[in-house]
Amino acid sequence: MLHFILKRLGLAILVAFTVSFISFSLMFLSGDPAAALAGETASGEDIEAIRVLYGFDRPMLVQYSEWLAGAVQGDFGESYYFKLPVAGLIGERLTVTMTLGVYAISFALLVAVPLGVIAAIRPNSLIDRFALFLSVAGQAMPSFWFGLILIVVFAIKLQWLPPSGANSFKHFIMPTIVLGYYAMPAIMRLTRAGMLDVLSSDYIRTARAKGASEMRVLFKHALRNAIIPVVSLAAVQMGFMLGGSIVVESIFALHGAGYLAWESIARNDLPTVQALILIFSMFYIVFTLIADVLNAWLDPRMRSS
Amino acid sequence: MTPLDSTDPLLQEQFVPSASSVLRARILNHTGLLFGLVVVGLLVLVALFAPFIAPHDPYAQDLTMRMKPPVFMGGTMEHLLGTDHLGRDYLSRLIYGARVSLLIGFIAAVISGVIGTALGVAAGYFGGRVDAVVTFLINVRLAMPVVLVALAVVAILGGSLQVVIGVLGLLLWDRFAVVMRSSTQQVRRREYVAAAQAIGASTPRVILSEIMPNIVNNLIVIVTLEMAHAILLEAALSFLGLGVQPPTPSWGLMVAEGKNMMLFEPWLVLIPGAVLFVLVLAINLMGDGLRDVTAPDNRN
Amino acid sequence: MSEESLLSVQNLRIDIPTASGTLKAVRGINFDLKRGETLCIVGESGSGKSLTSLALMGLLAPQIKTSADQMDFDRIDLRGASKSTMRSLRGARMAMIFQEPMTSLNPAYTIGDQLIEARMLHPNKGRAEAKNRAIELLEKVGITAAASRLSQYPHQLSGGLRQRVMIAMALMCEPELIIADEPTTALDVTIQSQILRLLVDLGREMNTAMILITHDLGVVARVADKVAVMYAGELVETGPVADVFERSSHPYTRGLLRCIPLPGVTKRGAQLGTIPGIVPSLVGDVSGCVFRTRCEHVTAACRGEIPAHTSGKHSFRCVHSDGRLESAERTA
Repeated sequence: MLHFILKRLGLAILVAFTVSFISFSLMFLSGDPAAALAGETASGEDIEAIRVLYGFDRPMLVQYSEWLAGAVQGDFGESYYFKLPVAGLIGERLTVTMTLGVYAISFALLVAVPLGVIAAIRPNSLIDRFALFLSVAGQAMPSFWFGLILIVVFAIKLQWLPPSGANSFKHFIMPTIVLGYYAMPAIMRLTRAGMLDVLSSDYIRTARAKGASEMRVLFKHALRNAIIPVVSLAAVQMGFMLGGSIVVESIFALHGAGYLAWESIARNDLPTVQALILIFSMFYIVFTLIADVLNAWLDPRMRSS
Repeated sequence: MTPLDSTDPLLQEQFVPSASSVLRARILNHTGLLFGLVVVGLLVLVALFAPFIAPHDPYAQDLTMRMKPPVFMGGTMEHLLGTDHLGRDYLSRLIYGARVSLLIGFIAAVISGVIGTALGVAAGYFGGRVDAVVTFLINVRLAMPVVLVALAVVAILGGSLQVVIGVLGLLLWDRFAVVMRSSTQQVRRREYVAAAQAIGASTPRVILSEIMPNIVNNLIVIVTLEMAHAILLEAALSFLGLGVQPPTPSWGLMVAEGKNMMLFEPWLVLIPGAVLFVLVLAINLMGDGLRDVTAPDNRN
Repeated sequence: MSEESLLSVQNLRIDIPTASGTLKAVRGINFDLKRGETLCIVGESGSGKSLTSLALMGLLAPQIKTSADQMDFDRIDLRGASKSTMRSLRGARMAMIFQEPMTSLNPAYTIGDQLIEARMLHPNKGRAEAKNRAIELLEKVGITAAASRLSQYPHQLSGGLRQRVMIAMALMCEPELIIADEPTTALDVTIQSQILRLLVDLGREMNTAMILITHDLGVVARVADKVAVMYAGELVETGPVADVFERSSHPYTRGLLRCIPLPGVTKRGAQLGTIPGIVPSLVGDVSGCVFRTRCEHVTAACRGEIPAHTSGKHSFRCVHSDGRLESAERTA
């Protein structure tokens, strides 16, 4: 098990390096970052001055290794816009995004798993078809549209919830729903498929033959096995949610890392953008690592091999 | 003394329907697939014949006719769905918007399909180091936050149809790679024996022409699903202002444009979003339906 | 059926709805079992043996229709029994051992958990007692270091060991009836007889009635008190094991016996027999003798009512009152 973790960890670090390199080199897509930074009205001398100031005149690999060395220590440079350390900027926004993410995945799990279990118990029934329809519809709904509709209905017409801000739990309700609903279809389907699969296995028949009640068979025997892949899926979905948070946070004016990402891109604040790309991918990598470990730990067959 | 003859009921063979009639029955019974095909077909037709269907030029501005309501809210027949903040006919923009979504969705799906399939089949067929490299690339791609990277690239290169298609095409190949890889592995195991028996000098191309037909139906399903994915992403990017640029009519952009006035003219936000929803829903149903219908083990 | 019978089954029918019609998988079988008796149900795959055992335990899928004139376990009518009644019977008084030991244990829990659960699901004397009983039974089934095995997971045990665990699990509540559905078929030939002997010995020791389902006639000869030969959903011949083996009357039974070499019976150098023909379709109109499509003594009368012939406890169903025994002996 330890060997497995170490191997995955090594792979994860390699992936992180590659992502960091790609995100760093994005800056050079436009050809000349100094020109992009200087703006259209700048003169040749201004551009040159900026180039020297920010070190764009050095070879890319040198710039990259300098940046990377800093990044590893938590120093992502200074924001072009705020003139403040990027790390600090991101740090304070990250709690909002993390909170939102945890709420969202919990919401998704609380709805999707029971739905998937019920759908599996009664396949092809009304509730099964309803659950499947919901999951297909959920995957088709544009999140920004969903968010706007919720705002119009709940914040403006009904006035039950605040449309923006992040001061209280109430502020998180709608963003949680919008961010979480997108993870539900996959979770529901996986739970349903896993349960259907497990419920037809021999050891379930054995449990029934021992005299176990249906409830016990469902939860202690079946779900315990079926849930294993769902746990890792949930962790992976959490990783994806960071991307989704950009849209959600900007609609609901939640000042989290996603909102910062959008603002920074709009302002050409390169250091912040680079740092955010790296951090988002680090989170994804960490979450998938956790998912793999959980997966292995929950399945005794993998634990002792 | 053999009173056993062919009329004996115990010897009657059970009726086994032909493969094609089974397929036809499945398709006709699958409401989701039928709905998806019809709706997508309709929208494709709308997009193709947009110049003939649209009542006005979607780019034609008329500042004297700004913000007119739709016909069901007191407007005129001239502009069935009203006009936007620049006096452009809303219905025409909606119709042309279908072109944008479908075009971007399709081309991006094709580009990412080619990349992903090439990588996936190579990994599944050759295994070993090729597989390790491709798997690593997939993991790197999965680790990258797609929305963020897409936004950043569009911001640097400038928003346009080509840039959006290119970015999406270069980012959405992961599912292709994953699914094609596992399908190829399965088929390779199956057909490998037969292939090995074939002339020992079979080139990989011969094998590929044996493998590809078997994974094509998986491929089609993924193409539809990624097309839906691309359409949603383009809409999100355009909504955030970093996708297709005005004045091009994109449904996502129309939602963004209507956002500020959604309190008083909610249809500005509701209608383009609704059409997006219906299109993506139909494509997803189509993809799921295709998977159900061609899979050997049905959900039933 | 006498009062002493633990299990009485009369006219059991099992119908399975399929896309092309109702599959009449089991059509009117009768058997009964006294306490401590061992009944072997013999037949090829698809004869309906497993379905019968699952029907007794109430473990068939809800779409499958079971009906019978009588299906009593210790005077409890199993036919309309409530879910809670069946649950109280299953595991406690009627236990089942399945064919595939590799997949019959839950991979997520330890052997100990699953064994103890078998006891704790029914009236018990506490977890400690259950644990001790588990250890005791594991030792009884021949598993060494029983106490440490409790914390092992199924995937850490071989097929043979897993089946021993299944046997132990079936015995946790000292059931009065054990149904073993081909318990050794999936195991290595070398351990098949070990496991079987173990099962039979333990059954005898605890005076447990046993229904042993198998297609292995050699096993039947050794362990059965009574035999029921099943073909395509019907019992073609039943009776005490000596009668069925030495005075086999139904053509199918004789055919089966010809297929295996029996020490002392089969002549050296003689050809092993086969039963030609194909298994019939059981959907739709199924009447007359179901074996007629493969029987060498078939006549026109075989499509009609088939009478039963009984002498003592031995009975079989055939149009020929002696199952054409004479002519068969002549041609053997």
